[in-house]
Amino acid sequence: MQEMNNEKKPLIVAFCCNWCSYAGADLAGSSRLSYPADVKIIRVPCSCRVNPMFILKAFQRGADGVIICGCHPGDCHYTTGNYYARRRMSLLFSMLDYLGIERERTRVEWVSAAEGAKFSAVMNDFAGKIAELGENKRLEDLRCKD
Amino acid sequence: MQRLKTAMIEKATALLTSGEVSKVLGWKKGELGFDVEPAVFTSVDSLVDFTYDAFCGANLSKYLVEESKKEGKILVFLKPCDSYSFNQLIKEHRIKKENVYTVGIECQGKVDPYKLKENGIEFVTDASETVDTVTVNGKEFKKEEIILGKCLTCTKKLLSYDDVISFNEKREPSLDRFEMVKKLEAMTADERYAFWKDQLSNCIRCNACRNVCPACTCTKCVFDNDNSGIASKANSDSFEEKMFHIIRAFHVAGRCTDCGECSRVCPQHIPLHLLNRKFISDIDRLYGEYQAGEDTESKGPLTNYTTGDVDPSDVFGGK
Ligand code: SF4
Ligand code: SF4
Repeated sequence: MQEMNNEKKPLIVAFCCNWCSYAGADLAGSSRLSYPADVKIIRVPCSCRVNPMFILKAFQRGADGVIICGCHPGDCHYTTGNYYARRRMSLLFSMLDYLGIERERTRVEWVSAAEGAKFSAVMNDFAGKIAELGENKRLEDLRCKD
Repeated sequence: MQRLKTAMIEKATALLTSGEVSKVLGWKKGELGFDVEPAVFTSVDSLVDFTYDAFCGANLSKYLVEESKKEGKILVFLKPCDSYSFNQLIKEHRIKKENVYTVGIECQGKVDPYKLKENGIEFVTDASETVDTVTVNGKEFKKEEIILGKCLTCTKKLLSYDDVISFNEKREPSLDRFEMVKKLEAMTADERYAFWKDQLSNCIRCNACRNVCPACTCTKCVFDNDNSGIASKANSDSFEEKMFHIIRAFHVAGRCTDCGECSRVCPQHIPLHLLNRKFISDIDRLYGEYQAGEDTESKGPLTNYTTGDVDPSDVFGGK
């Protein structure tokens, strides 16, 4: 186990909305705030573009944690997208938990374009939690692993 | 209950003869007695095969998606659970309502053929029914012993119809539909994982659960996408099993009326209703009680929001 943790770093997929969170990630970068290199950012137009299938596919392809970042509720570029995303993700995460899949592997955070520091803090925290959980075994697809 | 069937046939005959409807959607007798199937009757003569008995568990509403688009008006008989599906389909603009004549019918719970088999009954020679009992081949059963799981918990009422044929008050359900969901929620994550692994690994991906579901009416389904790698084939590993079931249940979340058809038709006896009911109970808890299909106008919980909804991180009660 020890060995595995050393050689395999957790892979994290972060779906970031174009208008707030992706800009927040940019700001974190230009402010030279660090966040783990294993966070792979996928830019989406809005948090509500994230289909439950995207999240499952990310796990299938080897993600150990999936985080969805969007504008703060009330600040959505499309006015209401994140409100819908919030309901969907609440239900989906609860369902994953119901199936016995670790609830800490999925998360939603609201990060604005001005919150570079928050972005970096959130990613560091999430990556830490995922490292503690170890490799995703309960939603893995062995055929997709090397 | 014979009286019910006679009244239904009279109704169908009258409407067909007057020309008000040109066809009737109902149930047709099977060969083994319990294997009744949904059927469209187009003439008074063809009604000889019409039946309504303790085996008519099948939900007719989904057939109207196709049938209501055809020429002429159709008469449909709806049990309480069928009518919630019907309303939901009207809400989703899947049924042409002006082409349908609805008659609500009494239902006191339908027999589960598998439970009959467990009692050594392979085919039915004669059957009769009262509100609380069913007698099959001379053997009397209490309803609780023999009816479908979905009927044991059913609290559905007769809604609004063009007509209603009902002679008795509906019997009270004997179980709480969320009991098993609560039991699962009280287990540890490891136990739940083991439970679902055990159940879902039985799935042969026959798609019966999807095909029967009145909430699944997309003409192009994600599970038929040739590029998805999961179309028309058995689940090849535990990931695919879970994915199919999570996505199937999620796609009907907020629209599932809990009609119970998915669990009824699953040849592998997978308790699909436990997935749907998890979503239903979460919706009730987080966004206020909601019964899909109770009306034809209200907004569904997933096409709606309030600014104060809980955050996904707080769903489990605190971070
Ligand atoms: S009906 Fe049962 S076996 Fe068939 S796809 Fe659905 S869950 Fe799987
Ligand atoms: S998911 Fe099952 S219970 Fe829900 S509407 Fe579809 S068939 Fe009925």
